[in-house]
Amino acid sequence: MAKVIIDPVTRIEGHLRIEAIVEGGEVREAFSSGTMFRGMELILQGRDPREAWLWAQRICGVCTTVHALASVRAVEDALGIEIPPNARLIRSIIAGAQHIQDHVIHFYHLHALDWVDVAKALEADPAATARLAGSISDWPTGSTGNFKQVKDRVATLVASGQLSLFASGYWGHPAYQLPAEANLLAVAHYLEALEWQRDVIRIHAVLGGKNPHPQTYLVGGMASAVDPASPEVINLERVGFLRERVQTMRAFVEQVYVPDLKAIAGFYPEWFALGAGHRNYLSYGDAPTGSIHDTGSYAFPRGIILGGDLRTVHPFDQAKVTESIARSYYDYSGGKEEVRHPWNGETKPNYTGPTPPFEELTTDAEYSWLKAPRYDGKVMEVGPLARVLVAYASGSARIRSLVDGTLAELGLPATALFSTLGRVAARALETVYLLDLMDGWLDELTANMGSGDLRVHDGTRWDPSTWPAEAEGWGHHEAPRGSLGHWVRIKDRKIANYQAVVPSTWNAGPRDLQGQTGPYEAALVGTPVADPERPLEILRTIHSFDPCLACAVHVIDATGRERSRVQVR
Amino acid sequence: MRVTIQPMPGIPLEVPVGEERSTVLEALTRRGVSRRRFLQFCSAMAAALALPSAYGPRIARALESSPRPILLWLEFQDCAGNTESMLRSSHPDVAEVVLETLSWEYHETIMAGAGHQAEAVIERVRREHKGEYIVIVEGAIPTAEGGIYCTIGGKTALQIAREVCSDAALVIAAGACAWDGGFVASGPTGAVGIGQAVSGLNLVNLGGCPMNSANAAAVLVHYLTFGEAPPLDAYRRPLFAYGHLIHDQCERRAHFDAGRYVEAWGDAGHRKGWCLYKMGCKGPEATFNCPSVRWNDGTSWPVQAGHGCIGCASPQFWTQMSPFYERLPNVKLIGLDLDAQTIGLGAVAAVAGAATVHAVGMGIKKRRARAAAVAGEEPPPAVEPQPDAPPEAPES
Repeated sequence: MAKVIIDPVTRIEGHLRIEAIVEGGEVREAFSSGTMFRGMELILQGRDPREAWLWAQRICGVCTTVHALASVRAVEDALGIEIPPNARLIRSIIAGAQHIQDHVIHFYHLHALDWVDVAKALEADPAATARLAGSISDWPTGSTGNFKQVKDRVATLVASGQLSLFASGYWGHPAYQLPAEANLLAVAHYLEALEWQRDVIRIHAVLGGKNPHPQTYLVGGMASAVDPASPEVINLERVGFLRERVQTMRAFVEQVYVPDLKAIAGFYPEWFALGAGHRNYLSYGDAPTGSIHDTGSYAFPRGIILGGDLRTVHPFDQAKVTESIARSYYDYSGGKEEVRHPWNGETKPNYTGPTPPFEELTTDAEYSWLKAPRYDGKVMEVGPLARVLVAYASGSARIRSLVDGTLAELGLPATALFSTLGRVAARALETVYLLDLMDGWLDELTANMGSGDLRVHDGTRWDPSTWPAEAEGWGHHEAPRGSLGHWVRIKDRKIANYQAVVPSTWNAGPRDLQGQTGPYEAALVGTPVADPERPLEILRTIHSFDPCLACAVHVIDATGRERSRVQVR
Repeated sequence: MRVTIQPMPGIPLEVPVGEERSTVLEALTRRGVSRRRFLQFCSAMAAALALPSAYGPRIARALESSPRPILLWLEFQDCAGNTESMLRSSHPDVAEVVLETLSWEYHETIMAGAGHQAEAVIERVRREHKGEYIVIVEGAIPTAEGGIYCTIGGKTALQIAREVCSDAALVIAAGACAWDGGFVASGPTGAVGIGQAVSGLNLVNLGGCPMNSANAAAVLVHYLTFGEAPPLDAYRRPLFAYGHLIHDQCERRAHFDAGRYVEAWGDAGHRKGWCLYKMGCKGPEATFNCPSVRWNDGTSWPVQAGHGCIGCASPQFWTQMSPFYERLPNVKLIGLDLDAQTIGLGAVAAVAGAATVHAVGMGIKKRRARAAAVAGEEPPPAVEPQPDAPPEAPES
């Protein structure tokens, strides 16, 4: 028996530590720990709710924009504001661009090095690599000359002795199974994706002024004015610029990302049978085609899958969300046994871990700065796989054809989705789905401009004197990493209480009072570990979730000093 | 000197170390960047630093001869927004020259290795390159309760910051949180910026939420060229980036002067790109080169996109600039340059405080090994504004 400790888990956002008990060459038990806490629970109180989004967005710079969106939706819900169609479209385009860019970055820059051995790329034959590239895609950079250049670059990097960010990888690990040429292909696309992501995210600069942290949200709509007759704001020329970026996105996703995913996954079929975990999946749903309150209009449906049973989609009721702190570094007024709904949440830090510097966590007691969210007492996984499964089980025709087509190509049954590579595949498939939606949103925005609808903001409730003395609301968003919710209570025109429950808290959270493991912890059980000194396989499953720990630790939270009620429509 | 290492299993290599480490230009040549493009970059950096154009060739000479510097990027109580800003650099040339020519050895968000293999990188750099390496810090550092609010590899952020930054030739605080604690400072963890957590550093603060990576690149280039940080203000921020009011550089300034204001979101003035002052814009009191450098390949910046400035590069901006939707007091509306001048002086006074720190003294003390590589290059004089005494405060 060996204890494997990975701290820091790199190629993620934030500070994550994994401790795993390895026995007989596989993980018997795992512990997921968030090791950083910022504790912002008090700072939003007393502030103007119209600026909550500017603060909340700073929860995370990787998941930039998603907390801004959830925040304005929460305040709009509280104040009964319906935003104009153009504002909905601009928000959707920003969110879609974030999603697509984020998923590609995750695949190449955060996850690929778990499957791709950079050192082995040096053994590749550029001509054979070009043949491999040509067999899976007609992407224009797949020439012998280009692959030779990339190989030379890797070789000179190695020869320089200064390997930079590649210095400490698990190169040569027996779990790397790609042929040399597939490694070289992936390294070439790793570099190309770096350039690609810089260009396509200019969509955020046009609509939001900058990325990270776009700055044009407003409670009631958007500050990105629209006028085909004005050179200063969003006009047809700028929509054309956005359209070009979406075309660039589509080309790379369809001709590089998806073919690479299928090619790499084809060499690791056993990873479609590993890493499932509890098989409970939750999606709040998103991408409304009308009012946010018309949940039936969402392009990503809302619902719950239990135990991997795709025949039934259970309805979601946010009243059944609770959080346990039994194994977390917090106290509740009612003691460690208590569970609390977010409306009634408390964040009272009480670190009980070992004194640093330390070697091991006290995993038989509290061991994480994350709380443990549960739905109706059950552990839930959120994220791309959850969204795709809920959409699939709900009968979404486009998602069904994408999923069934991919499974058929890889010769896999539907149950293969409940796995480490199932998460990776679902992420790619929903990216394709989003590209279609992006085109539709741009068409709609163009049509609105043509018909003279230039509204981007509903200002009837901008002036705080129009607000009721008290108001409560919640805003939700399907962020790239999963279901995100913000709750707000407004009193005397100020924020009285604010709380965010975030995707990576669902996925990376620790055990609860009953001892139920969190999704990461459950997914790791049974993971093979060939070399405990170099636990590459553990990183594969953890990275398949795309962890974001800055989000996961409650940064903006309720104080819970008094019970608040949230109206849910 | 050359030694044999085994950077990857089964691939023994004889590599140069010490003085023979590859130079920036060599690294660029390997990357297929032409000399012409390299010189263009040097000129662009001279412009960004507000240096006379004659400094372009001097920067080029220095970069040609300086060894490829080692960079460690440390993340503490952060959101990785500055990491993302760097990855989405507003100048692709910056990315190529700086990102790929530095020997960027530690950065949790994107490095290949994890766990103790990752931590070993820091130990090796500290051991072999003491006093030579550059550190970029992102995120605040919690100091309450012995620093238990942020641990990496079982060590506190505070311990790591002390160990790693104390032996650095240059430390750059990237973004609001690393500079003055940012909004984390308002929480219960005793969060502070790196300058407060560790004293005596050769420190450059790059405020902003996030910082603009073009400025980080310019600071690095200045350091590699002249062996010291560019001229700094009292907050140790480079004057070239933080010395001018947003308002004075704003493309909507003519509308302010002419009295043309947005009165409601989405109104005719908003659609014509009029001044956002009445909607709460903090441009008249905030300094930053946001309007000239812009974001994401120079595509836009918040005011161009239609929303007011929130002053994110200003000291303690979360508390000093909020509420973000209330107009600034004491700005007379009908276009008088005189008023804007007064505001400008007031803001500079606030920025500069009672004392102005010039980098030269500190820089000379801290030159260490870097100085040899850049012998003969004298730093240029500080660019304006460089107030020696605080002007009178604005009327309140």
